[in-house]
Amino acid sequence: MEIQKTALYEYHKSLGAKFVPFAGYHMPAQYTSGIIEEHKLTRTKAGLFDVSHMGQLFIEDHPDLIIELEKIIPIDLKNIKLNQSKYSFLTNENGGIYDDLIVTKIEEGFIIILNAACKENDYKIIKDALGSKFKLSLNKDLSLIALQGPKAAEILEHLIKGVSSLKFMNGNNFFYNENKIYITRSGYTGEDGFEISLSNKIVEPLAKILVSNGAQPIGLGARDTLRLEAGLCLYGHDINETTTPIEANLKWAISKRRIEEGGFLGYNKIKANINGELSRLRVGIKPLGKIIAREGTKIFSQDENEIGSITSGTFGPSINGSIAMGYLKYNFTKPGTKIFLEVRGKKYEASVTKLPFYKKNYVR
Amino acid sequence: MSEVKFSKEHEWIKLEGDTATIGITKHAAEMLGDIVFVELPENGSTVEINGNAGVVESTKAASDIYSPVSGQIIECNQSIVDDPSKINSDPENQAWFFKLKIKDRSEINSLMNKEDYDKFAKENNN
Repeated sequence: MEIQKTALYEYHKSLGAKFVPFAGYHMPAQYTSGIIEEHKLTRTKAGLFDVSHMGQLFIEDHPDLIIELEKIIPIDLKNIKLNQSKYSFLTNENGGIYDDLIVTKIEEGFIIILNAACKENDYKIIKDALGSKFKLSLNKDLSLIALQGPKAAEILEHLIKGVSSLKFMNGNNFFYNENKIYITRSGYTGEDGFEISLSNKIVEPLAKILVSNGAQPIGLGARDTLRLEAGLCLYGHDINETTTPIEANLKWAISKRRIEEGGFLGYNKIKANINGELSRLRVGIKPLGKIIAREGTKIFSQDENEIGSITSGTFGPSINGSIAMGYLKYNFTKPGTKIFLEVRGKKYEASVTKLPFYKKNYVR
Repeated sequence: MSEVKFSKEHEWIKLEGDTATIGITKHAAEMLGDIVFVELPENGSTVEINGNAGVVESTKAASDIYSPVSGQIIECNQSIVDDPSKINSDPENQAWFFKLKIKDRSEINSLMNKEDYDKFAKENNN
């Protein structure tokens, strides 16, 4: 299959982006100032991310939609408010995760934001599960950009009145040059910010204005260091079809009513996990020195038993040090537990730590 | 009089008598991006031509460092271990990696001069 480009491809190119193939798209890994600088600018000012490769699935409302959708997504859709967003997953029959996603209730139905690498498969899974009476479409005419950082609200409010009154994980329709666009207050960086869904035709002019008003274009490289500092999972690495939401320490994302009532794929396994049949758990891991533990790094206990492995690891620019996440046998997951990471044949000391590594700065 | 040569693995080597100072080129540093971790060979250890002689890591990935010649390590640059970002800011001067005592000077013959390396780096944008 031919590698695809987002509507902002030429704009990225003009900004000197270094591209990488990602989930079948040419995506900017970084621009000229580099990953660390981009990361820091997102934390101190505002970063602009092109995430148009992600899937934007629209499901048209129907009297039976909530009942059917709740069978595959473990959130309380009966009580979701208009324009509210919820983080959730598509679970499989073993309680594993097909994808993690954001569901937003809009007037016309639901919008579900899916990971780029999973979106085609998710579409099939959801379509098969819902059956033929529902209308759904994976929208290819829409772009998705994220504006993140302490200056995000100020920059966006200047162009689009009213956005700064949105509450976290809530959205609404807005107008930009007479074009209807949908904005949610959400993101993947640990910062305040917005995700803006808009037509491919108008995304470049808006991106350019945001940049000229002070937003820094940010590539996938800094997106990864930002989300890891914020303790957020990357699908295909920290979570996948074999990890349950409970093992992934994401129980908070399953609605209380759904935990009690069940009625979704994988419920038996997830309920058993909650009741104590839990062999492993995703935790934060802080190496003692500068050593970086990449995905796949084996983790050992003090008495040299293998007790888990790293799923993401990098240098955290705002932490100014090495950070990682991984799965450990449940008995070793208490914060402060001393563990050892095997990198290039040598063992390096690290400790289990609470997530996130970077706490959001609420100063406005 | 010192002489600087370059390898296909994007290392530079400065020759002074039978001592060589080795680092990575500006082109390599740019391709790697922000360097956040360095591991250097042990002082006194021996390295083989094109053999492993350390690791550099960017935020994204780890890359091996190879020695362009065989020899014995006589000094390592601790300052780049303490502050790996020096490799991005001054790769061909301050941020040298290690010095070694050359075992076989004839190994130098297969290395490139600056002009050939610049051409090579431009053609092999990797």
